[in-house]
Amino acid sequence: MVITVALDRAADARRWIERAEPTHPSLVDEGHVLADRYHMVNVPTVVWIDEDGRIARPNDVAFTTEQGGKYAGVSTADQMALLRRWVAGEAPPAAPAMPASGAGGPTAEAGLARAHFGLGWWLFEQGRGDAANRHFSVAGELAPEDFTIRRGTMRFRGADPFGPEFMQMVAEWHAGGNRYYLPLPVE
Amino acid sequence: MAALTVLDEGRPTEVEFALADGVVRILRSMVEAAVGWRLEDRGLCRGDICIPVRDPALVTADGVSLPGLAAALHRPLALDTDERAAYLGPSAADRAPLAAGSPAPPFSLPDLDGRLHSLADHRGSKVLLAAWASW
Repeated sequence: MVITVALDRAADARRWIERAEPTHPSLVDEGHVLADRYHMVNVPTVVWIDEDGRIARPNDVAFTTEQGGKYAGVSTADQMALLRRWVAGEAPPAAPAMPASGAGGPTAEAGLARAHFGLGWWLFEQGRGDAANRHFSVAGELAPEDFTIRRGTMRFRGADPFGPEFMQMVAEWHAGGNRYYLPLPVE
Repeated sequence: MAALTVLDEGRPTEVEFALADGVVRILRSMVEAAVGWRLEDRGLCRGDICIPVRDPALVTADGVSLPGLAAALHRPLALDTDERAAYLGPSAADRAPLAAGSPAPPFSLPDLDGRLHSLADHRGSKVLLAAWASW
């Protein structure tokens, strides 16, 4: 079973979902509740969950095209082969435990950042954009590794998530010795 | 007292609040509605579980401290008294790191038609959970 979740406004996700005509549950998480519970800091993020409702392979970066995978430094074909073997009944490949911090691990700062994002989203929905932006800004400062906050709120602030502000954000992140995508190793 | 919107992981509840010496305080009778736990003499309780409260400043004549409640429950709190709104995130226990073998955190989210889907509906199947966005 595939479940997709858009960490997005329904209004922004709608045309993509309608064009894809999915047969699987295709859900929308406007308040990023899923991102909070699963410590997701960017998209695309995939998680394998087994028949007993346990994590079989934690957060990983996965694109549907090789071109997308190249950005993240992963081979889409290799990832797909791993996934098919797991679906066919093999044990999932070993994966390192989620780090305590830096990759969206459950630090106090990351938790507080999420709370400020949640408050900001609610204020934004209420039409209180200036107040919302203050909380989005606090959230981004508390969790600079979290691009579901820093990039995901750009449209709310009238910025283009594919424009110069985003390019500069990533350039600065890389200059600090950080990675924008954090794929799991493929053994 | 004025109304404060408390968002419990996004679910809004209106509670009366007062600012006393810069601390947001709510009525004792509103604690359960606001944070999901009752305030009893033995501590904060939900069902049969009680957490002792050691903070002597939690309850005063002006009410129950909202930041004190969040701290006692190990939940992050974003508070904006100007906007009269607060957001409580999941507790530290519910934000544990996820590793292979960890229980997958439950979720219920809507599709574009507003129908809710839960992870629990798919127990017995392998699930590939894929988060994406247009941004």
